Amino acid sequence: MKKEKHPKLEDLLADLIGKELAKALSQLGEVEIELQDVQIMAEKLVLTIQPSALMRKEAVPVLEKPKELIMSRFEPPKEEWVGKVVEVKIGATPSEGGTRDRTIVIGGESAPAFHLFMETPPHPPIVAMDVFDMEISLPKAIKKYYGDVMSDPVEWARFNVEKYKADMINFHLISTDPLLKDTSPEQAARMVEEVLQAVKVPICVGGSGDPAKDQKVFEKVAEVAQGERILINDVTLDMDVPKMGELTKKYGHAIIAFTSMDLNQARELNRKLYDYLGKENIVMDTTTAAVGYGIDYAFTIMERARLAALMGDEELQHPMAAAASNAWAAREAWIKLPPEWGPKSLRGPIWEAFTALTLLFAGVDYFMMIHPVAVELTRNVINGLIRGRKELPEDLYEWIEREA
Amino acid sequence: MATTISPTDVYKYLPRTNCGECGETTCMAFAVKLVNREAFLDECPPLLTDEYKENYKKLWEMLKPPIKEVKIGSDDRAVKIGGEYVMFRHELTYVNPPPIAIDVTDTMDEALLVDRVKKIEKLIYYYIGRNIHLDLIAVRSVSKDPETFRKAVRKVKENTSFPLILCSLDPKVMEAGLEELEGERPLIYAATKENWADMGDLALKYGCPLAVYAPEDLDLLVSLATTLRKFGIEDLALDPGSFPGDLLHKTVTNFTMLRWKGIKEEDEILGYPLIGSAISSWFYVEGDEETKTWWEAITAAALVMRYADLIMMHSLAGWNILPLLILRENIYTDPRKPVSVEPGLRTIGQPDENSPVMVTTNFALTYYTVLSDIEAAKIDCYLLVVDTEGISVQSAVAGRKLTAETVADALKEFEVEKLVKHRKLIIPGLASRLSGEIEELSGWEVLVGPIDSSGIPKFLDEKWKKAETS
Repeated sequence: MKKEKHPKLEDLLADLIGKELAKALSQLGEVEIELQDVQIMAEKLVLTIQPSALMRKEAVPVLEKPKELIMSRFEPPKEEWVGKVVEVKIGATPSEGGTRDRTIVIGGESAPAFHLFMETPPHPPIVAMDVFDMEISLPKAIKKYYGDVMSDPVEWARFNVEKYKADMINFHLISTDPLLKDTSPEQAARMVEEVLQAVKVPICVGGSGDPAKDQKVFEKVAEVAQGERILINDVTLDMDVPKMGELTKKYGHAIIAFTSMDLNQARELNRKLYDYLGKENIVMDTTTAAVGYGIDYAFTIMERARLAALMGDEELQHPMAAAASNAWAAREAWIKLPPEWGPKSLRGPIWEAFTALTLLFAGVDYFMMIHPVAVELTRNVINGLIRGRKELPEDLYEWIEREA
Repeated sequence: MATTISPTDVYKYLPRTNCGECGETTCMAFAVKLVNREAFLDECPPLLTDEYKENYKKLWEMLKPPIKEVKIGSDDRAVKIGGEYVMFRHELTYVNPPPIAIDVTDTMDEALLVDRVKKIEKLIYYYIGRNIHLDLIAVRSVSKDPETFRKAVRKVKENTSFPLILCSLDPKVMEAGLEELEGERPLIYAATKENWADMGDLALKYGCPLAVYAPEDLDLLVSLATTLRKFGIEDLALDPGSFPGDLLHKTVTNFTMLRWKGIKEEDEILGYPLIGSAISSWFYVEGDEETKTWWEAITAAALVMRYADLIMMHSLAGWNILPLLILRENIYTDPRKPVSVEPGLRTIGQPDENSPVMVTTNFALTYYTVLSDIEAAKIDCYLLVVDTEGISVQSAVAGRKLTAETVADALKEFEVEKLVKHRKLIIPGLASRLSGEIEELSGWEVLVGPIDSSGIPKFLDEKWKKAETS
């Protein structure tokens, strides 16, 4: 064994180990190579190279720019959800003991809202239209769509179904409020009967927000609507929950359990209702806030509720309801603003539509809405998400380089 | 960063000296903040020294978001897109609100072009204590002529401080625009199956981020991203195409799948920011201008909700932009921030013993809205913030959080009678039903204020002055 300096090392190495490595080695400066067996047969040449020697200079990766597209495939993700939302049926047809011309089923999801690669929602979300039992102050942008019918709840309900093809009516008995007209439970129940006669779609009946009075009103309303399977809006923790549960069951209705942005309360209320009612009769409302006015809280509470339900939390496996008409609480929906923000007549309905659209993505199944344009838009969005068509526009590139 | 990463994993690579230079008392506390994304690596000075160079690199790898953060624009006024950690906002928080770009075209008359650029920049709304606005301008080459495009880009650049997006499918046109923007880092829109190699060269030559456009073809999108990465381009953004109307389901499905791959499956190829081109509504929707504006807005809102990190639009109608800006602001708010403010008595301006006393709730949004209305009108007064457990007026009245008792208790607790001579209390219009009970319980006379706090100045002018003299 002997050491020698080889003046033409680079060439020799290039033959043996390839040009690139040889070049890298030569750049290290003076190199000593041990040669075993001086009978130089190329195959028997052993190079002892300390790895650290090669590391002395930072290796710059030589990028070979691809010349062809490297074809790859997209693998759709796989999600696992174990829970399922219960289905709640609203309304009853003659064969079911009621007089409605259709029934509506909400809920039944087993994947997060519009994870359409996992599941097409079994039932499309419903947009129900509001009717109030007395004239209330509403922005002009809304009033102009209703005009005279607002003074007659029965006409208003009929108008919503005939003109705007409402899937359901939310009838709000606000006049029963002791601080407003203090309408009696009997009188309120009569109004509900009249609405049930005027329209054949399923209905939802709401109170005034006074827990003691609502309790009495719902007792009467539930009784006169027996068999129609109305949706009672709502029961809260400060009402007599057992009594509300009992009357809902006794007369065969469904009910909205309302809590204010607190999932523990939502669970507690549902749990209390389970003693009297099957799960398939309960819809949850965890409070709706408008875009710009707390929708982030409303959205996240609902999204958490739905994800928890899908992860197996049985106390939250209920369809969700949201009053998107609360959007009008946001001042930007109706206030006068500088001209660059456009007319109020458009800002209002888009506010309500955006509020609904946002909550659609949290998993809401049942919307209560008021502006006819917002209602139509929300229905269009739901259609586009669920029953949408498959054919694409012809030219998918033109928008980049053409006048709009 | 995987959402499962623990503070202990992070702690291992910190200096573990508890030096306190970051503001935390211990390295462990700093590690917890790092994991929660409430602190950043650069806040630890020792980590920036040579001694910890390797640790810094490790930590950076551990903590980096699964969705790469890409900057558009030169450093001093760049907008950041991507950089997201979670699929659902309550899992941590969303990070970078998707910037909104509005388009101009290179065939626009020069005066109109400049006018539109100014309009885009000046569309600003004051919302809960801050200005919200649009973010970028997209210059589209309609002429398909390099020199026309060059001129338009130059004109836009002279008239705006917003970062730019250059839109053309022709590399020659694109390069003319890029030559005008040396060092400005515009987003190149877009590399497609036809032009990717040339656009890739341009992205490298000019050091710009590159958009990849593969409409409704996720195989192609992955192929392009894979190829361009190999090409040496680090800052990519992916556009799977946006579709309005009956095709909205495609948009929502693609964006949701891509984000799930990027975050939950930590797929690096798909871990790039996503671009939503809501502007396509102007080509795909039939109908009048208003219909197209509606669909563009709705598509954009769906994209805010479904993971777009950058949104391109056309309409400047205003009524479409405002709800979008506010929705984006809301959804990208840190959900860990408290809903409520501290209850108590606030002194606004320089009130004296004759100044009005107004009641509001401690729901943060209500409080800040009322506060900004009072301050804007330069009113000197006391604002009694009642503890409604962070619920707004309407819900707090319905939910028995704002009652005669809670108001009377607050008056007592904060000793309001020591500050003013009068005994007149202004309550929110939405709490009007409480007025009788409050008068009975507290002994104060109640004036029912406006339903919205924007009506406070008018109310004070008309009602308070009268009440004061009575």
